Amino acid sequence: MLGVSLDQYGFLVQGAFWTAVLSLMGFVGGTIVGLPVALARISRGWFLCRASSAYVQFVQGIPLPVIMFVVYFGVSIYGFDVNALVAAAIAMTLYSSAYLGEIWKGCIQAVPNTQWEAGECLALTSLQRFIYVILPQALRIAVPPTVGFLVQIVKNTSYSVVIGFFDLTYSAKILNNATFKPFVIFTAAALIYFAICFPLSRYARRFELRLNRRNA
Amino acid sequence: MTVISMNSVHTPVAPQTGVQPMVSFRDVHKSFGALEVLKGIDLDVMPGQVAALIGRSGSGKSTALRCINGLEKINGGELTVCGRNLRARDFELRDLRKEVGIVFQSYNLFPHLTVEQNVTLAPRKVNGLDAAQSRALAAEVLEQVGLSDKALSYPEQLSGGQQQRVAIARSLAMRPQLMLFDEVTSALDPELTGEVLRVIGKLAAGGMTMVLVTHEMAFARQVADLVVYMHQGRVWEAGKGTMLDDPQTVELRQFVGSGL
Ligand SMILES: Nc1ncnc2c1ncn2[C@@H]1O[C@H](COP(=O)(O)OP(=O)(O)O)[C@@H](O)[C@H]1O
Ligand SMILES: [Mg+2]
Repeated sequence: MLGVSLDQYGFLVQGAFWTAVLSLMGFVGGTIVGLPVALARISRGWFLCRASSAYVQFVQGIPLPVIMFVVYFGVSIYGFDVNALVAAAIAMTLYSSAYLGEIWKGCIQAVPNTQWEAGECLALTSLQRFIYVILPQALRIAVPPTVGFLVQIVKNTSYSVVIGFFDLTYSAKILNNATFKPFVIFTAAALIYFAICFPLSRYARRFELRLNRRNA
Repeated sequence: MTVISMNSVHTPVAPQTGVQPMVSFRDVHKSFGALEVLKGIDLDVMPGQVAALIGRSGSGKSTALRCINGLEKINGGELTVCGRNLRARDFELRDLRKEVGIVFQSYNLFPHLTVEQNVTLAPRKVNGLDAAQSRALAAEVLEQVGLSDKALSYPEQLSGGQQQRVAIARSLAMRPQLMLFDEVTSALDPELTGEVLRVIGKLAAGGMTMVLVTHEMAFARQVADLVVYMHQGRVWEAGKGTMLDDPQTVELRQFVGSGL
């Protein structure tokens, strides 16, 4: 098809599979680290608040490919033979935790203060207030921006090409070297990225509309 | 102005020796930064009494009310509520909150929970009621506010007056000794204030001790044993509802005359 064999398209799909794997790892890791970051950002403790804010600003101030390099080569200095997947997953975790932490901090703060107060006046402990009153409302607010950021994660996994991780972008690059059909191959890769991201964006958009209608 | 019909008339509790006030302000001061909002408040509310705080916007009514359940910290004087010294703060605030309910102008219901869940959240989590107990409790307090048929609705499906009655039921479910109301009808359309005031009137008739901030003069006169006119952070005039007919100060006369 267009001078590229079915097997070669299959090669692209293989790359897409690893893009999905890396995205998922980045998202799960970003959630595990990002949630405490969000909580620390809103905490009243001076140290937690400053430390988490510094973490977010630090990570957000570094381009993702550089994070990839630092993790990949930085870790191998210590004699560990990191495979590219592990390095890319760690880098994606760092990257997404900083952004998710900041997004979720905003979602928690978007729940009106009066809700905390109402819980306080009913003698709920601060943990109970957070779990039963604030969190369920914050989660609902968080769905659209979180899914939206998932799209960024999927697209940004392509930077892992710099450390030679075999993903969709990398497989397209190899295929191009073999076939010299850059337009066809990169267009195919683009379509696959789009096929992954578009449903996510649409879902985020629809959920947001539904939320706005409820709040109207 | 809303006219309330009530089945029973509340009789003020005669002052008895040995009975402690449920709320007692002694020269209470409160500042926000450099702004002194309460400039020496004195006020006693006996068990079973209803006190109505009236006065212009900014006179410190809400602040005084919020001091009662510890939402604001006082800076000077003595404040005793349900036998606890709020100046010393030598107790768990949560224990006070179990005994003092408060209802705000803006309802502040939990939007993600049904009416029944709103009402039973604190009884379950704080007082450890099980599912059956809390359902029975919800049925009881919702009946009290006339919303038995709304247990499974969400707040957004209710009118403002209904939401405010749910907020009252939610407080009552903690079986408080004292109820505080901060302008609970001010956000409501005029035709909805009556249903909320009737619920409060019924509580008063049932002997609940209450402090309420209100702009409903007719209502204050009707249910309050003690009307407190606050002006510029002070208790300017206090007395029975009849004091509104014969103000002793220029400020109260102007306030009553302004129809607020
Ligand atoms: N949290 C706060 N911080 C600073 N100023 C406040 C705060 N709460 C109330 N005030 C001020 O205290 C004064 C009295 O307010 P408030 O008690 O709400 O009066 P009222 O309920 O009688 O209208 C107002 O000038 C108000 O701006
Ligand atoms: Mg007020």
